[in-house]
Amino acid sequence: MAVPAIELRDLAFGWQAAEPLLSIPDFAVARGERVFLYGPSGSGKSTLLGLVGGVTRPDRGVIRLLGEDLTAMSGSQRDAFRAEHVGFIFQLFNLVPYLSVLDNVLLPLRFSRRRRERIDDPPAEARRLLGALGLEGERLAGRHVTELSVGQQQRVAAARALLGRAEILVADEPTSALDADARDSFLSLLMRECAAARTSVLFVSHDRSLGRHFDRVVALTATGVEPAPGAQS
Amino acid sequence: MSALPGLALPSLWNRRGTAALTVFAIGVSVALLLSVQMLRSSARESFSGTISGTDLVVGPRTGPVNLLLYSVFHIGEPAANVSWASYRLVSGHRDVAWTVPLVLGDSHRGFRVVGTDANFFTHYRYAGGKPLRLAEGHPPQGSGEATLGHEVARAHGYRPGAPIVLAHGLGAGSFLQHEDSPVRVAGVLAPTGTPVDRAVYVDLATLEAIHGPAHSGPEPAAITAFLVGMRNRDTTLVMQRALSEYRGEALQAVIPGVALAELWRVVGIVDRVLLAVSACVALAGLLGLLAAILTSLNERRREMAILRSVGARPRHIFGLLLLEAGLLAAAGALAGIGLAYGLLLLARPWVAARYGLELGLRPLGLTELAILGAVIGAALVLSAFPAWRAYRVALADGLNVRL
Repeated sequence: MAVPAIELRDLAFGWQAAEPLLSIPDFAVARGERVFLYGPSGSGKSTLLGLVGGVTRPDRGVIRLLGEDLTAMSGSQRDAFRAEHVGFIFQLFNLVPYLSVLDNVLLPLRFSRRRRERIDDPPAEARRLLGALGLEGERLAGRHVTELSVGQQQRVAAARALLGRAEILVADEPTSALDADARDSFLSLLMRECAAARTSVLFVSHDRSLGRHFDRVVALTATGVEPAPGAQS
Repeated sequence: MSALPGLALPSLWNRRGTAALTVFAIGVSVALLLSVQMLRSSARESFSGTISGTDLVVGPRTGPVNLLLYSVFHIGEPAANVSWASYRLVSGHRDVAWTVPLVLGDSHRGFRVVGTDANFFTHYRYAGGKPLRLAEGHPPQGSGEATLGHEVARAHGYRPGAPIVLAHGLGAGSFLQHEDSPVRVAGVLAPTGTPVDRAVYVDLATLEAIHGPAHSGPEPAAITAFLVGMRNRDTTLVMQRALSEYRGEALQAVIPGVALAELWRVVGIVDRVLLAVSACVALAGLLGLLAAILTSLNERRREMAILRSVGARPRHIFGLLLLEAGLLAAAGALAGIGLAYGLLLLARPWVAARYGLELGLRPLGLTELAILGAVIGAALVLSAFPAWRAYRVALADGLNVRL
């Protein structure tokens, strides 16, 4: 069996040892699989993303990304691993305000040699990704990010997360600030691009109606990650 | 770390208002520090160049600094005199090339009157061998003529031909005025930046004439001090010793350079204080930088989290802040250099015309470079504190920052 993109085992985390905030006995995302994780606010999804991102360490359990055990790595090794393999999209304010659109998309390449080496012509690839996500790359690339609408900003953030073929995309409510039309077009373009690049996706949201864009829908509960019915298409 | 310059520059440009102010504050303080440093060396050169080419200053036995103060700097009162006979003895010595007699005791409107002879105008040297130059007119020729230092003429608008009245003793309101024997201005000296600018030079005969008919003849019975130039410098020490041991009169002979160095140890405190004050101003400029960085930290937390999410390690965050501070300090140092040279360039002709002081406009020396290095180094040390805080915050915040 192929190595999963994300694999969590016997995971427990809590700011106070007595009451774990998060407890996940077993959860995995396969390579190229796109998973929607339903988590109402307060369910610990931000904590989960911090753990998967390698920023926080679990109290117990194992986190494997692409077969590598994050919990066995030092802080800077986790930072390096994240830079090489994981792209993030957050709910809002994803962009560095003083960089142009193009420089924001190219940002991960400053910190990851592997992602830099995977692309021959980074600016061209950045423009291609912007175009694939519904932004006219040529026109927007030199613009200041503060001139963009929220929807445009999220597309730029998505292009940045995918640039250099990050194997894993972690998204934290990236569409909650968008209206319904923008949300659907954004998601379908993003999913198409991820499918093309075989990027594994862990998409966290409290909005169940988005589940139909994904291969699998799960819910984060007090006892773990459980299969959940997707919304009707 | 090659990722950082491409971030630091646009980041500073994004906050260019604050950045420009910070650079300006550092620039002004660096300019002050550099100008004080450069003026210091000019002042010191000018001070030690007050008298040059003179091998010995001879006067009564009072102490070297005291003799130098009243004979060359015209500060304080001479305690005793040197007899004309002793003066003649020295000036006639076979090793002596020239002597310049100096008689002090009169004044004109607060400026010292110095009785001397033509030798003063031919042999007095300052600033490493510059001779006295006349701006107009000529040296006093015989009785009844005076040649003025530049500042005396400027203060009262004297031109050659103007009559002036000498007063007995010092001070502007001296009671005993030699009104019955006015003196005519013969010439005005060009500025020298030395006490010569603040003195009135007359011939010995003039003083004899106005001090009354007690004894006739152009030669005084005694003089205040005199300058000696040796034919061969090697004989200076021999002459100095001979004069100190002279039995006929209690004399002392001082080598000007030695006494000047001794005097500078006292006067030099002022410029060290000045330097210390400007160093404090520079520190204030750097504290401004620190404050600017610290206040920006909170609003940059989100930015730091974004950088972390795209793979920046905490040390990148630390390096980014340090680099920004270093760039600001370096820009401030550059601005300071420009400002300091600009000011010196502007002030130079004016200072030269008014004070005869040649401001040394020279490339930055080791000391100035060390000062600039210290400013940038101090900026880096100071900003290590906010950078370390940002580092801690970046570690603690991770990827989630709620605004």
